[in-house]
Amino acid sequence: MDSLSEHLSELAKPFSQSLFAIGIGLAVGAFFLVIVGHDPIFGFYYLFKGAFFSEIGLASTLNYAIVLMLTGITFGLGMRAGLFNIGAEGQLMAGALAAVTASTFSLPPGVHLLVGVIFAMMAGALWAIPVAVLKVKKGVHEVVSTIMLNWIAFYLCLYLVLGPFLNPARSDISIKIRLNSRFPLLFGTLSTAIFVAMLFTVIVYIIIWHTRLGCEIRAVGFDQECARYMGINPGRAMAIGFFVGGLAAGLAGGALIMGFPPDYAVYIDLSNIVNYGFAGIAVALIGRNNPLGTIFSAVFFGGLWSGKRLMQISAGIPVEIVNVVSGIIVISIAIPELLILIKKKIEGRSVR
Amino acid sequence: MIKIRRKLVLGIISVAILLYVLQLAGLKVPSLLMISLHSMVPLGLVAVGEVVNERAGTVNIGLEGMLLLSSFAAVYGTEISRNWAIGILVGMITGASIGLVHGLISIYAKGDQIISGVGVNLFAAGFVAYGIWTIWIPGVHMLSPGLSVPRIRTPWGGLSWFILLTIALVLVIAFIFYNTTWGVWLRAAGENPGAVDTSGINVFQLRLFACILGGMLAGLAGAFMSLDWIHMTTKGLPAGRGFIALACVVFSGLEPISALGAAVLFGFFDALSTWIMAIPKLGPLIPPGFDNFVKIMPYIVTLVAVAVVIGKRRFPKSVGRPYRREEI
Repeated sequence: MDSLSEHLSELAKPFSQSLFAIGIGLAVGAFFLVIVGHDPIFGFYYLFKGAFFSEIGLASTLNYAIVLMLTGITFGLGMRAGLFNIGAEGQLMAGALAAVTASTFSLPPGVHLLVGVIFAMMAGALWAIPVAVLKVKKGVHEVVSTIMLNWIAFYLCLYLVLGPFLNPARSDISIKIRLNSRFPLLFGTLSTAIFVAMLFTVIVYIIIWHTRLGCEIRAVGFDQECARYMGINPGRAMAIGFFVGGLAAGLAGGALIMGFPPDYAVYIDLSNIVNYGFAGIAVALIGRNNPLGTIFSAVFFGGLWSGKRLMQISAGIPVEIVNVVSGIIVISIAIPELLILIKKKIEGRSVR
Repeated sequence: MIKIRRKLVLGIISVAILLYVLQLAGLKVPSLLMISLHSMVPLGLVAVGEVVNERAGTVNIGLEGMLLLSSFAAVYGTEISRNWAIGILVGMITGASIGLVHGLISIYAKGDQIISGVGVNLFAAGFVAYGIWTIWIPGVHMLSPGLSVPRIRTPWGGLSWFILLTIALVLVIAFIFYNTTWGVWLRAAGENPGAVDTSGINVFQLRLFACILGGMLAGLAGAFMSLDWIHMTTKGLPAGRGFIALACVVFSGLEPISALGAAVLFGFFDALSTWIMAIPKLGPLIPPGFDNFVKIMPYIVTLVAVAVVIGKRRFPKSVGRPYRREEI
């Protein structure tokens, strides 16, 4: 009991920081709504109503949460190993296109889905390997290499959806995922991919917090030199961080294409597979780079993504305001002592 | 040093051979070089700003977002005032204010510089799309005709003033860097901020100023992109150039003039990928869809170039670390 309350009080600080950052994000978002003449309360009412208070909305929120949770793992696990892995964007695209590739095989029902998932994960990891090699062998900063690989993946996908995966029947999407390799639906549009994503997340949590390997990864993230003196190979820990992150992002891409009704395909302009990777950064930071925290923050951000359409239809507010809010949330998370600073300022003023 | 020079010579020779082949294929090489010079401008300005920034000890990976925000702000300022000069000013002020915010977060609040930079990028992508949607129509806004920055007429097409400005700015910054006391302080602030502080100079202000200067240069680059070069504003305008500029910074080993050289090199490949499709004898040979492989080129070149040179570069000791005075 004692340890539980201790554990909870340890969690209270990061939790309040996350809530505070979300508050700042929403406040600044509201500010930008007000200056162009929108009513923020009206807007946010529809945003959250669309996200959580209808079966369709909730299903779509959770569907987004599946993907965001996994791209959040990519960034969060990287942060644990001291890496700024912003390559989820490209790795997700690789996973999505691998899922489409796997779907063209002829396989029995259950096996086909499994093969699709494995293909997607492997493609994501494959897209992370150059980053790991360049980082460990050459010392290339992962921010530069991941962004370049994101763009390479983007153009490669553009080629694939217009070339080998061209849909002869429709001009706006690639070929569809076959029925065999789609995730079965749970309710509404929510797919069973959520179990796979949760399982993956929990496994990553166990690896990070309850295994020797996870301890090594965290040690490297905490202080690389110190970890080296302790006999840990930082290169290995970082490479594993990139690899598992790639698996997560690849799985995200697979879940996105194999579990998102009604299209089950990549749009020609890739508009349905972009931005998840970058949003994953915000998800991981709000989840304090903890896989379990990431689940909750993924549901929150999934809500923003799913509610924004109702907000646009009902309140006439452009969906893009959600990205503004995410950006502000990330910026305010960058200052860990923000709450303390503000508290000091207020106390200082009252003393004077 | 000799090794690097040998590689440089090899690089120049291979570029010359490439140009010769392109000339044979029917491309007008002078026009390719003109486009390369224009591609150089945003990369060069942003890279030099970041060199100053990193030399003083702060890393800013929000360059892409700064380019995007300032290119949008410049178009907005121009459309409101019907004057491109005001647009450029608005772009620079936007860049400088983002630099200021990033500086305050990373220098005074001791925040995480990388997270702050990522946040700037995310915010910019959302804000610009939101802004374009709110002010004009969703998606893209083309600059009204007649409002773009006038160009110098040459036999090979219009030449932007920004090219000359970029080269001049880089030379001035390089001069300040190595020939003035202030330049020495700035470089020392990134190597050993404690020593600078002990000698009675305010490290925090010095770093903040570098951040604002870097932001201003990025703002200028953004204004160039939207007002002089591409004549529009959209949320994908920089297309990774902020990050390619970051690669230029790595490539240059934090020397202003080398950063400009790197910008010329990356600008060349950027231009090549855009204009290879326009080569009369080559364009029609590329099957539909395969143009995407051509567009990948600058990103692959960046990746390879950085991987080749990185081990030979030395970075300031305190770069990326907020300076804390020892508290008594």
